[in-house]
Amino acid sequence: MTIPQRDRSRPISRSLVFDLQLSWQGYRVNKMCNSLTDPANRAAYKEDEEAYMERFGLSEAQKELVRARDFTGLLDAGANVYFLLKLGVVTGVPLYAMGAQMRGETYEAFLATRNDKGAT
Amino acid sequence: MGRIIAGIGTSHVPSIGGAYDRGKQATPAWRPLFDAYVPVRQWLAELKPDVAIMVYNDHGADFFFDKYPTFAVGAADGYAIADEGFGTRPLPPIHGHLEFSQHLCESLVYNEFDLTVCQEMRVEHGFLVPMHLCFEHTPDWTVAAVPFAVNVLQHPLPTARRCYKLGQAIRQAVEAYPKDLRVVILGTGGMSHQLTGPEFGKMDERWDQDFLDRIENDPESLCDLTHQTLMERYGAEGIELIMWLVMRGAMSSQARRVHRNYYAPMTTGMGLITLEEPA
Repeated sequence: MTIPQRDRSRPISRSLVFDLQLSWQGYRVNKMCNSLTDPANRAAYKEDEEAYMERFGLSEAQKELVRARDFTGLLDAGANVYFLLKLGVVTGVPLYAMGAQMRGETYEAFLATRNDKGAT
Repeated sequence: MGRIIAGIGTSHVPSIGGAYDRGKQATPAWRPLFDAYVPVRQWLAELKPDVAIMVYNDHGADFFFDKYPTFAVGAADGYAIADEGFGTRPLPPIHGHLEFSQHLCESLVYNEFDLTVCQEMRVEHGFLVPMHLCFEHTPDWTVAAVPFAVNVLQHPLPTARRCYKLGQAIRQAVEAYPKDLRVVILGTGGMSHQLTGPEFGKMDERWDQDFLDRIENDPESLCDLTHQTLMERYGAEGIELIMWLVMRGAMSSQARRVHRNYYAPMTTGMGLITLEEPA
């Protein structure tokens, strides 16, 4: 018997769970992020972000989210957080800064909520 | 014949790798984590395992969603260090155990686990952080390894029960290996963390401690938890804890706990438990 594993009527932490539907939606963004595991591609991205996004066939809406460094918007559009970390490297936005943005806080305000902010 | 001698549950948080590479092990913020692994390395050095089966997940370093395996196992004589997007970490390449890996794949597939077998794999923090926390590697690794990747990223994921059964099948495979081989199995990931949305950084020490209790004394009670329940307790990313059940399934009910630690400085509950089989 198949036991349902998820209850979509009860969101997890007011956030989306990365599943096949989201993965399909965000496929091109995630594919672009995945390519950034190659140092030559990281250099190409930094050299010309617009051309790089074009190369991976991002839609105008997706490009706009990347330009705005809107990580909440990207997650909602199907980007996976672990792939966004790679985009964070080339755009200078580390995980905790992304997290502060998701929480709607400044980086400093977010750090102040942690048990030991020395462990960054 | 082969024998499982020990099991370890441990977090694999990438910032641990960063702190390690920057030599921050002795800073006040990191000591409570790194100090806990000193006796673990000593214990493992005395146990002298030949092979470590590392149950982990890739975070987009080697696998992409074009083809995404539920269970992927390395069957090679070595594994390169992956570039996750910030360069390659200064660690020696991983030694594989080709013959044992091939045996493990054959045994698991005939035991009805339909694996993706990988003759090339690059390993990243999910694998590497537990490796360098637990095993000496200067100038070289003191143990061979089998990377065992589980999909905990793109739902649908394997169920908790499936992970536990996989561990039981791994134990059978190890015991059917015809040569003397001492095997340690590591289940990695977690503990509680939520890395998306307005509750970014949410952790729950109470549930993490409960998981540590249960993985030691009553793993069966974790096997019927749905992904929904697991994510409500541990966060969307905390679902990685199902990989600890693979480790626990490979251990006997006689295994006794040796080490336990918990530390949650930033955004992830960092847990550790070690179990040893009777000699």
